[in-house]
Amino acid sequence: MIEVVSTDRCIECDKCVEVCPTNVFDRGADGIPVIARQSDCQTCFMCEAYCPVDALFVAPTAEPLEAESPLRDEGHLVATGLLGSYRKGIGWGHGRTPGALVAVGPALPPARISGAPASASPQPGKGSAPLTA
Amino acid sequence: MTDSPTDNLTLTTDVLVIGGGPAGTWAALKAARAGADVILADKGYCGTSGPTASGGTGVWYVPPLEDAREAAMSSRDKMGGYLADRDWMRRVLNQTWDNMNELAEEGKYPFPVGPDGQQMRRGLQGPEYMRIQRRRVKRAGVRILDHSPVLELLTDSSGAVAGAAGYRRQEGTHYTVRAGAVVLATGGCAFLSRALGTNVNTGDGALMAAEVGAELSGMEFSTAYAIAPEFSTVTKTAYYNFATFYHEDGSVLEGAGSQGGRSVIARALLNERVFCTIDAATPEDQAAMRLGQVNFFLPFDRMGINPFTDRFPVTLLLEGTVRGTGGVHVAGDHGETSTPGLYVAGDVATRELICGGFTGGGSHNSAWAMSSGAWAGQAAARYATTVGHSARGRSVRAAGEAALRPTGTPGRPDAYQDVVSVVRDEVHPYDTNYLRHGDRLTPALETLNDTWRELRSSLYATDGDAVRARSAAAMVAHARWMYTSALARTESRGMHKRQDYRELDPAQHHRLLVGGLDELWTAPSPWTRDLASVVS
Repeated sequence: MIEVVSTDRCIECDKCVEVCPTNVFDRGADGIPVIARQSDCQTCFMCEAYCPVDALFVAPTAEPLEAESPLRDEGHLVATGLLGSYRKGIGWGHGRTPGALVAVGPALPPARISGAPASASPQPGKGSAPLTA
Repeated sequence: MTDSPTDNLTLTTDVLVIGGGPAGTWAALKAARAGADVILADKGYCGTSGPTASGGTGVWYVPPLEDAREAAMSSRDKMGGYLADRDWMRRVLNQTWDNMNELAEEGKYPFPVGPDGQQMRRGLQGPEYMRIQRRRVKRAGVRILDHSPVLELLTDSSGAVAGAAGYRRQEGTHYTVRAGAVVLATGGCAFLSRALGTNVNTGDGALMAAEVGAELSGMEFSTAYAIAPEFSTVTKTAYYNFATFYHEDGSVLEGAGSQGGRSVIARALLNERVFCTIDAATPEDQAAMRLGQVNFFLPFDRMGINPFTDRFPVTLLLEGTVRGTGGVHVAGDHGETSTPGLYVAGDVATRELICGGFTGGGSHNSAWAMSSGAWAGQAAARYATTVGHSARGRSVRAAGEAALRPTGTPGRPDAYQDVVSVVRDEVHPYDTNYLRHGDRLTPALETLNDTWRELRSSLYATDGDAVRARSAAAMVAHARWMYTSALARTESRGMHKRQDYRELDPAQHHRLLVGGLDELWTAPSPWTRDLASVVS
């Protein structure tokens, strides 16, 4: 769920208010968006992708974090490189290569069945269906 | 419905598209290019709404070569329970080929380039795809209404659909669009499971269609559950093809697998936690996975888990009719419904036509969305032309019932929360909806029927809560159609597996229609025309 809106980084462009598909943010009185309806957050990471200054952090958990979680600490998120990592990963932002250009997934083998004899399990990398499915 | 008329927005247009995912954007684009004035209304934000935008998808993009196309079609016959239609598959393959090439050449989608120097057009990254689609739609002159959930359809005196009414949740105002034709592209229903990007998909369109007389088809094919880390929303079942599944004590969960072994995981999850390690991916596979689906790694990277070496807990998240194939019955070749003026595209429409009773990966789903969207947009534009501008002045009535016009005394405005709880309890559990048995489906359906009767009488809310109440009612309706169809199909076919009817029954080689709101009915579809034949 959305956990962090960085007051230091936010440029008050309201892009997150605009793009959140479940309308989680409100415009704050001071210009900084507020997480007004966290329980509506579906943890889809789209706000992070669209934030031009990497001021937002969506924790990957489907439920709110404990107050003392390091994933709510902006300093920790910056130090670990997590803040802005999704936007970087999909290659959005000035001077980056769009991730779509290099998005060639692995050849997908038929599904392994746990506990089946090795001969019944496919060899990794020998499948034929490329890309995402 | 019009509590504060001074603030309200009233618009007129030729074509109204409801929903701004892949199907809705292709519909809006093609309607506009056919010369129609178009408005697109999205419950959230066109560009981020729905499961495609936040994920990634393969695409059923097959070169126009006879052998390749035949192989693509026949490979799915058995899995789909022989309910797909070759004529529809051919049309979708043709249209998808054209649409993907248009997306590359005109939309400038940055497809990866293969070793042969050719673009590889068999997959799409959701954020990029939908950002481009929004740009294309706007450039075509379509007016987009974001954060504007539609609450109900409008019909004219003949019963034809003539527009829709909704709520602009960031403005706090109501709006009405008078339209010559309406395309529903609202997606399927995942029952607020939080499967990636699906919480906007609460089955609103199917309810609205049923309220104006449309019927549904294939609603028994609604048992889709996707694998995700237990704490997370990120579903990407295909990558678990590389995984081994474990009990909590570290012993192997025999028979578990992402395909052909998912029900083993479901059965285990009823009694214990299930763990997994993606341990069969080579370093090359691992690197390719990171490029192919960036968001797959967000839960792991952010929680400090190495999915290739660590054992992490997994769950199954309900994807209902988003990945299941049931939806509004398609009554013509271009997304027509049985109700004049109303068209359907994408997941709100039944995907049985090309998938039968099963969809594995996303590739057929994305192909269906973009093809059916293109056709519905074009057909709606033609229809709007025939009814003409005078249609904008038709006298109309609002068709919404449940949660908008209760038959009895309105209850508490937050009563929708109780309704949502009932739906979750009756639909999410694996031993009700996934591992199906008549002894469990019957009481679940009775509970849902009771809930429907009660909500028809008293569920009512205004403004933003009206949207939530309507979504809750739509999910109850959806679940009732699902279970009514599931009980009527007394066999196992496609993804619909009955523990009390384990075999495929040749006498039930037909699609199943379901309809009604207060009283439900089912019937074999009389429109089945070119079903895949059963090959032994």
